[in-house]
Amino acid sequence: MPVNPNAKLVENLFAPDIKQEPTRAGYGEGLKRLGETHPNVVALCADLTGSTMTKKFADAYPNRFIQVGVAEQNLVTVASGMAAAGKIPYIASYTMFCPGRAWEQVRTTICYNDQPVKIAGAHAGVSVGPDGATHQAIEDMAIMRVIPNMQVFAACDAIENRKVTMAIADTGKPAFFRFQREKTPVFTTEETPFEIGKAQVYWEGDGVAIVACGPLVYNALLAARDLEAEGISCMVINNASIKPMDEDVVIAAAKKCGAVVTVEEHQVMGGMGSRVAEILAQQCPVPMEFVGVHDRFGESGEPNQLIEHFGMGVGSIKEAVKSVLARKK
Amino acid sequence: MQHLDDEKIKFLESTAQQIREDIIAMLLAAGSGHTAGPLGMVDVFTALYFHILRHDSANPQWEDRDRLILSNGHICPVLYATMARAGYFAPDELKTLRKFGSRLQGHPHRMMLAGLETSSGPLGCGTSQAVGMAIAARMDKKKWQVYALLGDGELDAGNNWEAFMLAGKLKLDNLTILIDRNNIQIDGMTEDIMPMEPIRAKFEAFNWHVIDINGHDFYDIINGFAMAKGIYEKPVCIISHNIPGKGIESIEFDFAWHGMPPKDAAQADDFLNQLRTLKGKIKSEHE
Repeated sequence: MPVNPNAKLVENLFAPDIKQEPTRAGYGEGLKRLGETHPNVVALCADLTGSTMTKKFADAYPNRFIQVGVAEQNLVTVASGMAAAGKIPYIASYTMFCPGRAWEQVRTTICYNDQPVKIAGAHAGVSVGPDGATHQAIEDMAIMRVIPNMQVFAACDAIENRKVTMAIADTGKPAFFRFQREKTPVFTTEETPFEIGKAQVYWEGDGVAIVACGPLVYNALLAARDLEAEGISCMVINNASIKPMDEDVVIAAAKKCGAVVTVEEHQVMGGMGSRVAEILAQQCPVPMEFVGVHDRFGESGEPNQLIEHFGMGVGSIKEAVKSVLARKK
Repeated sequence: MQHLDDEKIKFLESTAQQIREDIIAMLLAAGSGHTAGPLGMVDVFTALYFHILRHDSANPQWEDRDRLILSNGHICPVLYATMARAGYFAPDELKTLRKFGSRLQGHPHRMMLAGLETSSGPLGCGTSQAVGMAIAARMDKKKWQVYALLGDGELDAGNNWEAFMLAGKLKLDNLTILIDRNNIQIDGMTEDIMPMEPIRAKFEAFNWHVIDINGHDFYDIINGFAMAKGIYEKPVCIISHNIPGKGIESIEFDFAWHGMPPKDAAQADDFLNQLRTLKGKIKSEHE
């Protein structure tokens, strides 16, 4: 099985009983740990301390937590002011509302000022489920990555999200990182590398490169395993650092495989896959397929049902691989 | 705060006159920009930078400085002219306003000019940044004060009211905002565009302490800020009753001058003449 040994993934990668945990748990844990090591880290929340898992920090450090109420524009701008006064604010809401509702304030008061505010986007993607389209953020990476100074991340599981949460504390830069509500497989380990600006090869192959981010990386691995049995060799890359993106790994994958499929729980316009396409269009044009939401709103349903319905399930990834293979020169 | 006497008042008045002249000259050179708001706020800015604020133009990053946030960034000509006269940079640079390569951007940019606490222009979010600074200062037990200057027109924006609520909830007594109550905004008179009165009652309902001042009387301005510093367990809102275009009689109160510069050198000359003959019209009672 071509798992990259350097990725240090879990032993029971494809076991039906693989441990499941929501990525947001990684935020809660990472933030609490930062509280211990970083006296300047403060947390703010807009009436969603429980579901964003900010509560762990708020309970441990009540004097470093600010509850702003249902006021996302205030959440962003108060944090900007606190950063200007030497704090490292982590602000949390549902991704749809923050940064969704507060885009201009993020641009002007955080990014233009280059203040190190860390925007934790909870409940990203259609996998929010029954709440429906109003609460399903699938445009957030696009609107954040176009702003100068902003860094953007999408972790693949709870452990990696904890690493993201902690790694961005000391950058001195603004950051936006998105994560999900539902439990998803925990398939990385403490030893799995995460580094800002680096992509990681999780599965080795040379037929098609699947570049994925978020918990859908696991679906990409499942697809690669199935395709291997069909005689199709895939490389799977966890591309958690959306901005800055690891151009070297993306280009090397395109050169080696000659075809690329991107996978993200996001509109295919403007997101992670678009950035991959921007890089490859200039450096190494190859046939590409984009797995994600195609210019539609989400709707109510069970998370897995919606992932399937909007074409991001294992079957859809396999189809995309076969489709791009057919176009490969 | 420093001692205030008649001699200091005279100094503040002559400095304000100089800053008004600077504003006319820089707007003429820029060919675009805002006239009415900056002229109406000259006396407040002069009082702040030359009497009220703890700051050091030679060390703009001094950790214990008071923080001043300009929320309505479009009145930056008065900010720049005041900073130049206060020693942050040479007054010569004022004529680069809004020009390519200038540190004096059309709306202020913190990363370009030392001494700016934030970048502003998009309205309605200065108070919330000031609230953030005031929270941080309290957490760190710092003595510095946080001031935010707002236009009255930008009170239309909801972000402000979110911030007013939070400041009231947290009883941020190290925060003072000043509303430039000049009654004009781009499209007309504020009470026609979106009635704001009763402003005092609104702030009191949000658990703020409110002080009304005459924004063209240095004693009143300075006493207002002195009183604000003494208010315990409440943020303070100073409603500064200002005359837009103050000092140039022909444009005073006219909202058309919100976003216009003098149209040519002749008009600028006329404005300067009106300014120079101002003496006597608004002289202090102590002169």
